[in-house]
Amino acid sequence: MQTQEIKKISSQVRRDILRMVHACQSGHPGGSLGCTDLLVDLYFNTMNLKTDAAGKVVFDMDGTNEDLFFLSNGHISPLIYSVLARRGYFTTSELASFRKINTRLQGHPTPHEHLEGIRIASGSLGQGLSVAIGAAQAKKLNGDKSTVYCLMGDGEQNEGQVWEAAMYAPHHKVDNVIAFIDENGQQIDGPTEKVMSNRDLQAKYEAFGWNVMRMDGNNAEDIQNTLIKAKAALGNGSPIMIIMKTEMGAGVDFMMYSHKWHGVAPNDQQLQDALAQLEETLGDY
Amino acid sequence: MALFTYETKKDTRSGFGAGMEYLSQHNPKVVALCADLIGSLKLEGFIKNSPERFFQTGIAEANMIGISAGLTLGGFIPYATTFANFGTGRVYDQIRQSVAYSGKNVKICCSHAGLTLGEDGATHQILEDIGLMKMLPGMVVINPCDYNQTKAATIAIADYEGPVYLRFGRPVVPVFTPEDQKFEIGKALHLVEGKDVTILATGHLVWEAIQAAEALLEKGINAEVINIHTIKPLDVQAILASVKKTGCVVTAEEHQYNGGLGDSVAQFLAMNHPTPMEFVGVNDSFGESGKPAELMEKYGLNANAIVEKAIKVMARK
Ligand SMILES: Cc1ncc(C[n+]2csc(CCOP(=O)(O)OP(=O)(O)O)c2C)c(N)n1
Ligand SMILES: [Mg+2]
Repeated sequence: MQTQEIKKISSQVRRDILRMVHACQSGHPGGSLGCTDLLVDLYFNTMNLKTDAAGKVVFDMDGTNEDLFFLSNGHISPLIYSVLARRGYFTTSELASFRKINTRLQGHPTPHEHLEGIRIASGSLGQGLSVAIGAAQAKKLNGDKSTVYCLMGDGEQNEGQVWEAAMYAPHHKVDNVIAFIDENGQQIDGPTEKVMSNRDLQAKYEAFGWNVMRMDGNNAEDIQNTLIKAKAALGNGSPIMIIMKTEMGAGVDFMMYSHKWHGVAPNDQQLQDALAQLEETLGDY
Repeated sequence: MALFTYETKKDTRSGFGAGMEYLSQHNPKVVALCADLIGSLKLEGFIKNSPERFFQTGIAEANMIGISAGLTLGGFIPYATTFANFGTGRVYDQIRQSVAYSGKNVKICCSHAGLTLGEDGATHQILEDIGLMKMLPGMVVINPCDYNQTKAATIAIADYEGPVYLRFGRPVVPVFTPEDQKFEIGKALHLVEGKDVTILATGHLVWEAIQAAEALLEKGINAEVINIHTIKPLDVQAILASVKKTGCVVTAEEHQYNGGLGDSVAQFLAMNHPTPMEFVGVNDSFGESGKPAELMEKYGLNANAIVEKAIKVMARK
């Protein structure tokens, strides 16, 4: 898909995120906006997804012979919900129920309410990479040639379990995984450098045996080019880690350049100011 | 008729923050640790007063428990803080081995326990933490009911030598206990005297139990309400004296039936004084997203639920 098309979808997804978080006055807009360009590319361009004869996506839990995506930083749930709905896994009108009682769109994603597109619960940080690697091994055992993708936060790298998974995947030659770190330099208590410095993530993952690439996670062209390179590097014995630089709150000028909008909902005025910066390309839900 | 009144509503976690601020000025041995949730734990006051006694661990709860255990060796009293799910369930073996089994004077202090954290949903709403912590030999488990009591408990546990789990929450709730009430670990507090049914409540459910007692009074039923702020060690003398008088009991807590206050009470009564009993709590399910009051209603954790169970248990006498 042309990046022009991707950008149109991203604009709508960003509107969805803001409207969802505003409607329930809770949730995490910052990281959701920052990772929008990646998820839209994955679901609308890069990933090979199962569809029916009419071309509509179909969901089954095993996801055999299709690419899988695991969101480890589950707090950016508005993003995955919007992307799944826009891709056709469920109706966009359901986005209005986000975080409200009896919803399938729980504060953090879960398969517990049988929401199409979600295969594992996340929200407690640091667990998704392990799950993604396990799913990738299942694919290998089944002779399934598809790829498993996983997104984590940079603050999330503080968790020890991430490094247990980081050690495991190269050791077991799990070379059908492409993982991402959202390097926005922010977490809850402030800049990652101040809270708990990650130092040199590239050197660390390389030392653990990963093939590390870098990209601008808010640049649709760079995302496409890097993912083409990454896919070409699959199957060479090493898992792939893409460290992507993003801006928390990307797309809304007053939400960028700090951790302030990590987990705060905009008020009515702020919502209007933010939406004015994002074209309604596919129709609001 | 109002049995208790209140002037303000505050969150219990702010009571914790106020207690920590007090300790920063009055107990030089107290150190605090937090895993990227300073604002949620209301630690700003402590950090402002004693920046050299605060340790930011990043989002690394397992490490935080180990560091805390180590800090006790120099005589410090570490308060390890985060959300209840990440400070108990996520690090159970670290607490078990490095704190409880090693007999270390670590205070595990956790906010956002239970359903009332609301919209974040089940991944964050732990309803098993009282059970997890009380099963550890030697662990004290405290679940205070309001701002004042949480502040008092925060201060009191510094003077107790040994591991403690202090559990509190996110929403604002009525502040109805006296500001200067001393906190005594393991000493239940009688709030309402009654002869017909005993209601044993902990945490946010204590206020609901008082509301239930008012509603029962209108039906001519005299309920006795006891605030069981300490689940372990349990004040069995107070419980026994009350059920001998009333002949039936309801427990109320923001927790699973399994492993909670009710289960401790049932175990004690089964062995010592079998008594008809009903439980108000979550019955073997996860929580979900929603507004706190909606969730408490849906899962049957409010005054209405207590009234229903009280009437039910009285019929079983
Ligand atoms: C195990 C665990 N500890 C703490 C939290 C609370 N928490 C939610 S998001 C977050 C910060 C995450 O930082 P990062 O991964 O960089 O995501 P970003 O803020 O950039 O979206 C924290 C500490 C959590 N969800 N899980
Ligand atoms: Mg970040």
